[in-house]
Amino acid sequence: MRRYIARQLVQLVVVVFGISLLAFAILHVLGDPVLLLLPQNAGKEEFERYRHLLGLDRPMYVQYWKFVSRAVLGDFGKSWYADTPAFRLVIERMPPTIYLTLAGLVVALVIALPLGTIAALRRHTWVDSLCTVVAVAGQAAPIFWLGIMLIIVFSVRLRLLPASGYGTWQNFLMPAFCLGAALAPITMRLVRSGVIEVMNMEFIKTARAKGLAEGRVVVKHAFRNACIPVITVLGLQFGQLLGGAIITETVFAWPGVATLTVESIRNQDFPVVQCAVVLLALLIVGVNLLVDLVVGFIDPRIRAA
Amino acid sequence: MSAPTRIEVAEVVAARPGPDAARQVTWRRLARLRWGVGAAGVLLLIIVTTAFAPLISPYDPLAVDIRHRLSPPAWMEHGTVEHVLGTDQVGRDLLARMIYGGRVSLLVGVAAVVISATIGVLLGLGAGYFGGNTDWTIMTVINVMLTFPFVLLALAVIAVLGPSLINMIFVLGVAGWPIYARVIRAETLALREREFVLAGRALGMSHPRLVFRQILPNLVSTIVVIATLQVAQVIILESFLSFLGLGVQPPTPAWGNMLGEGRLYMLNSWWIATFPGLAIFLTTLVINLMGNALRDWLDPHLKE
Repeated sequence: MRRYIARQLVQLVVVVFGISLLAFAILHVLGDPVLLLLPQNAGKEEFERYRHLLGLDRPMYVQYWKFVSRAVLGDFGKSWYADTPAFRLVIERMPPTIYLTLAGLVVALVIALPLGTIAALRRHTWVDSLCTVVAVAGQAAPIFWLGIMLIIVFSVRLRLLPASGYGTWQNFLMPAFCLGAALAPITMRLVRSGVIEVMNMEFIKTARAKGLAEGRVVVKHAFRNACIPVITVLGLQFGQLLGGAIITETVFAWPGVATLTVESIRNQDFPVVQCAVVLLALLIVGVNLLVDLVVGFIDPRIRAA
Repeated sequence: MSAPTRIEVAEVVAARPGPDAARQVTWRRLARLRWGVGAAGVLLLIIVTTAFAPLISPYDPLAVDIRHRLSPPAWMEHGTVEHVLGTDQVGRDLLARMIYGGRVSLLVGVAAVVISATIGVLLGLGAGYFGGNTDWTIMTVINVMLTFPFVLLALAVIAVLGPSLINMIFVLGVAGWPIYARVIRAETLALREREFVLAGRALGMSHPRLVFRQILPNLVSTIVVIATLQVAQVIILESFLSFLGLGVQPPTPAWGNMLGEGRLYMLNSWWIATFPGLAIFLTTLVINLMGNALRDWLDPHLKE
């Protein structure tokens, strides 16, 4: 177990290094901060002066080192738009994003666990086919469109739910469903194939031979084992889930990091964009690591691999 | 074991695949894939419609008809047959805009997939074939890239480069390669040890020849399947970026920016946002169905 953790940690360091490099490169290699910062009609001397002022005429590795050594301390510079540190702006918006992501995860599991299990137990029947059809359709529906359709039906027509906003449980319903519906299809397929695989195992035959009731066999023996791959993949899918949350936020004007990021892109507020990208990526890396450790703890086979 | 009876022998003889039987088997497999074939038909229809947009479209997608602004679809009250799917806030025909809007989605989808497939396949082959440090480096880059949600990466890059069609193709193309690289690497690792590759190596074939002439041809079906499914993903992302106003810029019609503009009018005019979204949904649905069918047909072991 100790070696497993060590290996995961080494990988973590490499990935975090990569993230910092990528975040740095996006602004400094693809673009030119001065070009974005100054008005277009600024003179050549003006550009040079600012370049020197911001230290952009120094070699790349010096600039990168400056960026990283500050970022480690949570200093991503001040927002170019609001006179506040970028880090604080992003951190303030983090909780809504995390709540939405968790709510979406819960919805996805509530949909996917029972449907996936039923589809696996009734394999090759109409129930299974129906689940597959729903899953394929669900995968094709763009989240942002689904969100707008929900708003049109439940807010504009039926006037049941608020179209946007944050704070009450009603505000959570549509965004969480929207996000959950996007994640449910793939989760359902995982649960289905997991349960199918487990149902063919020897210990299921043993459980049946002992004379256990079928319900108990499914819930206690099959389902639990089928959960391991589901947890792993869901953990790895956390990035995708967060990506989905980004899309959902923009539809429902959810006051999370994603809305902030999109606003900042419109305002060309790069310190905030950079900080948001790095913090979200770190969040994903953290969750992935946690999942790896938990799964490694539950299932010794994975540790050895 | 007893000797085979005459009936069994007859069955074996009958089952021996002749040219007719082979054709029959192909047909039977196609029949089983009828969903995929149907989907391919619909997709073809969509492609033809958008390709011949100037001939098919009832109006110029940019033509403004201010008398009929926000007019609902023909079957609703106050709808006119002049504008079957209704009009938007300045009276542009929705059907015409949707037909033209498909061009953007399909173009971006295919172009971006070609870019990411090329990068991904090359790196995947390199990682799988050479192994060692090459493999480690490429896998690390893949891990970093996969950590970033695709959307976030695209947003960050667009923020710096500025929104345009070319930039969007570039971003989606460059951000999408890890999925190909990962699958191709795994397949290459397995193929590398197969007899025909070992034989080639023993014959003194060069690395490029082994990789591109011996290994790559075996991966074509895998690549086709992933690429097909990825086109759908890219179309969704493209529409999302355009929806946010970070992709194709108005007035050029794209399903995404139509949806984004329609959002502002959804209180009274639901159709402006609904139909473009339906177009995205239908297109990605048929592409996914076709991709799944292709996978079952070409490459059964890719099945999850």
